[in-house]
Amino acid sequence: MTANRSSGHTQPAHERKGRRGFLGIAAAGVAGILLAPGVRLIEIAQAGQPKGGANPGVRWGMLIDSTACSSGCTDCVKACNTENGLTGGQSATDSQWIRKIEIKEVRTGKTQSLPVMCQHCAEPPCVDVCPTGASFKRADGIVLVDKHICIGCRYCMMACPYKARSFVHEPLTGQKPDVPRGKGTVEGCTMCVHRVDKGEMPACVLACKTAGHSAILFGDLNDPKSDIAKRVAQYASRQLREDLNLNTGVRYAGF
Amino acid sequence: MLATPSLIMTAPMRQLSPDARSYYGLLGLLAVIALFGIGAVAYMEHHGHIVTGMNNQIVWGLPHVFAVFLVVAASGALNVASMASVFGKTELKPLAPLSGVLSLALLLGGLIVLLLDLGRPDRLIIAMTHFNFKSIFAWNIFLYSGFVGLVVAYLWTQMEVGMGRYTPMAGMAAFLWRMALTTGTGSIFGFLVARQAYDSALMAPLFVALSLSYGMAVFLLVLIVSCNADSRAIDDGLLSRMARLQVIFIAAALYFVLVYHLTNLYFTKHHGFERFLLLDGGIYTLIFWVGQILLGSVLPMLMLGTKDVGGRRSRLKWASALVILGGFAQMYVTIIGGQAYPLILFPGSQITSSFSDGVINLYSPSLPEWLLGLGGLSVTGLIIALTLKLLPVLPARLDEHAFRDTSLKRPENAS
Amino acid sequence: MAESEQRNPVKRGPTILVGLALLFSIASSVPAASSDSGQHRTQGVVPTPRIEPARGGTCPESPAFMRRNHMDLLKHQRDDTLRVGDRRGQYSLKECISCHASQATNSVAANSSNFCQSCHAYAAVRIDCFECHATQPQVKP
Repeated sequence: MTANRSSGHTQPAHERKGRRGFLGIAAAGVAGILLAPGVRLIEIAQAGQPKGGANPGVRWGMLIDSTACSSGCTDCVKACNTENGLTGGQSATDSQWIRKIEIKEVRTGKTQSLPVMCQHCAEPPCVDVCPTGASFKRADGIVLVDKHICIGCRYCMMACPYKARSFVHEPLTGQKPDVPRGKGTVEGCTMCVHRVDKGEMPACVLACKTAGHSAILFGDLNDPKSDIAKRVAQYASRQLREDLNLNTGVRYAGF
Repeated sequence: MLATPSLIMTAPMRQLSPDARSYYGLLGLLAVIALFGIGAVAYMEHHGHIVTGMNNQIVWGLPHVFAVFLVVAASGALNVASMASVFGKTELKPLAPLSGVLSLALLLGGLIVLLLDLGRPDRLIIAMTHFNFKSIFAWNIFLYSGFVGLVVAYLWTQMEVGMGRYTPMAGMAAFLWRMALTTGTGSIFGFLVARQAYDSALMAPLFVALSLSYGMAVFLLVLIVSCNADSRAIDDGLLSRMARLQVIFIAAALYFVLVYHLTNLYFTKHHGFERFLLLDGGIYTLIFWVGQILLGSVLPMLMLGTKDVGGRRSRLKWASALVILGGFAQMYVTIIGGQAYPLILFPGSQITSSFSDGVINLYSPSLPEWLLGLGGLSVTGLIIALTLKLLPVLPARLDEHAFRDTSLKRPENAS
Repeated sequence: MAESEQRNPVKRGPTILVGLALLFSIASSVPAASSDSGQHRTQGVVPTPRIEPARGGTCPESPAFMRRNHMDLLKHQRDDTLRVGDRRGQYSLKECISCHASQATNSVAANSSNFCQSCHAYAAVRIDCFECHATQPQVKP
């Protein structure tokens, strides 16, 4: 390592290397910036479910017996409003996460009544169309809106066959701590995910049960020993808009 | 020496020099409208969408009508340039820069309206960094921004000295990209399985046809108006050819509309929706038949179908304006009429609920929505007006001598 | 001396910048020296926000760590809670609020002396969380 020779040689080479090195680092940096979002997406996709997260072996679902559901009764709706901090208003801009639909078949005149909320499809159109991925399906089948990244484009509302989602049209205050909701984002039935994660049942199910109708049954569709799995295996049940083949988590009997 | 494409492009281009008072008057008017638009956005953002006419049933309203029209017209406005660079109509090359500028202006105006109507427009950065690639919306974000980049590059190859040899490549790239973009825009609706109005693969080609028609109309109108402002003569033959193209494009769009409705009428499950749109729908039926079909399609075709229409400038301007009006009508019927018809959850049954199930949904646009839409239009107008005045976008000569096919002759003004 | 001035002329641009910087730092210390509006404590030259003390309990991290990193903690925990469904994390926003809610307003952001708003108003960083999240602790049934 003779000083003179190496310093004579490496002076211009060092400068050349410096410029090349800079370009190399810059190119790597740009490539990294371009690739980084993809890497983050991959890392989210591949991150295994830690213990304590939603269990992918579980499929939460509901079975609604329309014959036990009486026209004019809105216990489930009121309970949902109370639990989630909704106003209960019915103007065109008010959020409704669940509503009672009164049905009258035109040819026969038969009437019935049932509640409709987010159907928590296994192939949700709302998840497919969301540009940012804010509308997503959790590992246990519950379909949610990630309001941290919802930009309020309302495309999911256009896409939902059940009109399950509402848009928040005005500034909100006094939200329930378990149920964040805010202006400019889209929201819908969460299957009371904050209760389900504690081992409780959704508010609508509890209210219907407490009132004595028991028209809504909640449970794990994947667990053959659960009440709901046994009932859907034994008695005929169907989905709303079955023709769309969305494999909904909410099933109906009696219509 | 054979005149190569780059030599033809050396036909001198010149900035517009309109009458100062009317020009600044126009700029002032457009700026004021744009300011009102900004004010409307601030109002909507502060109070929420409750100040608009949109609600949980009609979730996309008048701003989307403006935005989708502008975006569709943007892709079609590039058509003249594509004809010049990609389809061999080299005599149209001098008009290609105007085509590119219009395309950019329309797209930017449309995007501004779209983005400012979001519930959370402050989350634009999130929209640009979080992508769900199964969503056609996410793809459209790339398609729109990529289109801007490609058209800028395309314009640069045309206007920069010595870069003309890259114009055909840039033109092809821009053309292919715009086909993808318009297909993507149509698919925003076509991919919606839930709604009777939209679940059709026809939406994408329909929008491509619409883009050709709307884009040509905007191009014609801007060309005639700006040349009038600067007293530049335009060759009648050129305008006749474009008018003929316009008729073909309107016919193509009408064809897709016809097939769409005929097919729907064949499907019993769509009869309710067709009856609503074509007969019972009140304002939507009116706008469809009078706005979209009569004024927007049939009347312009009749007006432009006469021989030597190139000399009849007033007729050309009015026909273009009618096509544009018809375009807005079509977007209104498609976007809002499609949402007005309820979702069919229980076929064969009448349903009622507290959430407007089973009823025709009502919508009336509010002032902030009008201002936002018009604001976007005025941004488009401002970009066009400023670019034409500041940059040499239009050829200095558009009369009949400038457009003779010069592929075998030396160009006359090669400087 | 003339020669050295010619070889190293005083550059105009940087001089102006340095001068402005000095002027600014002197000027900004004046409000600190003057009487306190009541909102800010003054320690030395730069005023700092007055933060309401918490109701009790232990914060998972030290104040200095939280000051620097609370936004990252919240951001990662929100994805764990919402998207993964893992509610075991120790940086729960609800827990923060239950301790830090003001005794007077029962909120962390009702006015600019409440816990979150005090620093955020000082730093002029708008809080987005409370567009959606409750600012008040959960009422135990």
